Amino acid sequence: MSKYLLNRLLIAIPTIFGVTVLIFLAMRVIPGDPLQLIVSESDGIYVLSEEELQAVRASLGLDQPYYIQYYDWMRQVISGDMGSSFWNKEPISGMILRRGPISAQIAIMAVLLSWLIGVPIGMLSAMWRNSLMDHLSRVGITVFIAVPSYWLGLLIILFSVLVFTWRPPITIIQLWEDPLGNLSMTVLPAMALGLGLSAATARMARSAALEVLFEDYIRTARAKGLKETLVVWRHVFKNAMLPVVTTTGLALGGLLGGAVSVETAFAVPGLGKLLVQGMTERDWMMIQNLVLLYGLIYVIINLLVDLSYAFLDPRIRYE
Amino acid sequence: MATTGAAPADSEGIVLDIEGQQPHVLLRFGSAAGRFVQSSPIGAAAVGIWLIMFIMAVFAPLLSPYDPLEADYAAIRAAPTAEHILGTDQLGRDLLSRIIYGARITLIVSITAVFVGDLIGFVWGIASGYLGQRFDLISQRVVDVLMSFPGLILALLLLVVLGAGLVTVIVAISVTRIPSATRITRAVVLSIKETSYVEAAKMIGASNVRIMVRHVAPQAVAPILVVATLHLGGAIFAESALSFLGMGIPPPAPSWGNMLGGVLAAAFRPPWWLVIFPGVAITIAIMAANLFGDAFRDFLDPKLRRRID
Repeated sequence: MSKYLLNRLLIAIPTIFGVTVLIFLAMRVIPGDPLQLIVSESDGIYVLSEEELQAVRASLGLDQPYYIQYYDWMRQVISGDMGSSFWNKEPISGMILRRGPISAQIAIMAVLLSWLIGVPIGMLSAMWRNSLMDHLSRVGITVFIAVPSYWLGLLIILFSVLVFTWRPPITIIQLWEDPLGNLSMTVLPAMALGLGLSAATARMARSAALEVLFEDYIRTARAKGLKETLVVWRHVFKNAMLPVVTTTGLALGGLLGGAVSVETAFAVPGLGKLLVQGMTERDWMMIQNLVLLYGLIYVIINLLVDLSYAFLDPRIRYE
Repeated sequence: MATTGAAPADSEGIVLDIEGQQPHVLLRFGSAAGRFVQSSPIGAAAVGIWLIMFIMAVFAPLLSPYDPLEADYAAIRAAPTAEHILGTDQLGRDLLSRIIYGARITLIVSITAVFVGDLIGFVWGIASGYLGQRFDLISQRVVDVLMSFPGLILALLLLVVLGAGLVTVIVAISVTRIPSATRITRAVVLSIKETSYVEAAKMIGASNVRIMVRHVAPQAVAPILVVATLHLGGAIFAESALSFLGMGIPPPAPSWGNMLGGVLAAAFRPPWWLVIFPGVAITIAIMAANLFGDAFRDFLDPKLRRRID
């Protein structure tokens, strides 16, 4: 196990290095000068004069050679200093610390929701195969996998506006400050994200449970007279959960991306909205560091998924 | 048939060429399509939906009642009526016409992006799997890096750099398809590499390029076709989400995604028809792509189908 762990960690190091290089190059090499974008997009935002441009470039360290720029960026990131927003000069690390919990909370709630809805539906659907319930749930799964989460968000907004007065959140309310205020801001986006994920979870739970139901040990369990409820709980459920956990892990990448559009739809002040805002305003430092953050989170999630898989399934770690 | 001019038809209606061995490629395609329809009615229905979208896209000027870009300030956000069947948007443009024209962007972007991205992944995967050694090692680390971003975030980063637009959206989405196409092709190639016919080709002194093109690539086509069809739905979603966020297809061009993005500007009291109709169009397109992908996978390789399902 420790050898597998070490191997897996060692692979993650060049990957993270590659991620930083890719972002660094994307932000600099491809169109020439990233600041040119701010300057050229003069439609109402801001136009820099040539001297101002030079000053900004120097303040961002962009007049330095690439290797020094890269070194400086890495040194900053490692020391936890992420620079500050180009427009309102707010430190980026502070913004991440304030908005990160909101985004994380929405993602976690979405995953929990997907288990609460997806696992029972998938299991029941497998157990009562070809029943009416099975057919209905399969249709539901097909539809909800296809529904874009941000559109589901818009539908939820549409509905909430009709039923009760719903307003986009104005300030960031953390769970520990005002639980109710926080939930009224996060529950609906989590629903929009979680329902699509529920469909994927249900599909996985269904096919995993079906596979387990036909295993020899299930026949043995039934043959020895074990009660059906015990067969289901002890044998089917336990064995069918492994692929479900893995699917969830793999789906988290899509969830991170989807959360960006869902947060925008609900105007939730999370990281995703910050990223989109930074991109529309061409806030250079913000884009560079937030994309890096998303990349790092994703690498770590993938690492944890791999490790949990190896932990749950001994065949992998002794390969 | 086209090559011989007058080809004899046998009693079962299958036209053979003069040698009487191989039916013409079109007929082979036709009979394969027939078997596909038989094996999966749902898959066939999904193809039907895509055909309708193709017709919408090609004949958009004939089908749409209004110009999709023409603003009518007398009818801003008009609810659906006989005149405007699906209502009008915030500039008074006819929603039905915009949805019909939107099919063009959906189809062009999703098909081109999947084709380009998966083709690159296919070639790369073959080279990486077949050549192995250092090239494979470096390639796979690069793929690792591309896989280290959630697809949508990578596409967003590329669009910030390249700027919004039809071509850049296609480029950004196709880049996000490359890693999985490469991985899957490489895995297939690793097993093809061990077969005796590849061994034989090496023995008679065939070059690496020749072996890859003539012997390895044809065997790896079926899996990549399956991957490509399964990628279609994701590509449609990506285009709509990017345009929704205002980083994809820029307005006023009618893309289903940016039509939903425009709704957001309506200060959180969006008219229902502006929210519902474009979203329904996106969902149906993605659903048809997914159903076709699943059916196509089962059709090409029944072994892949879950034993009990």
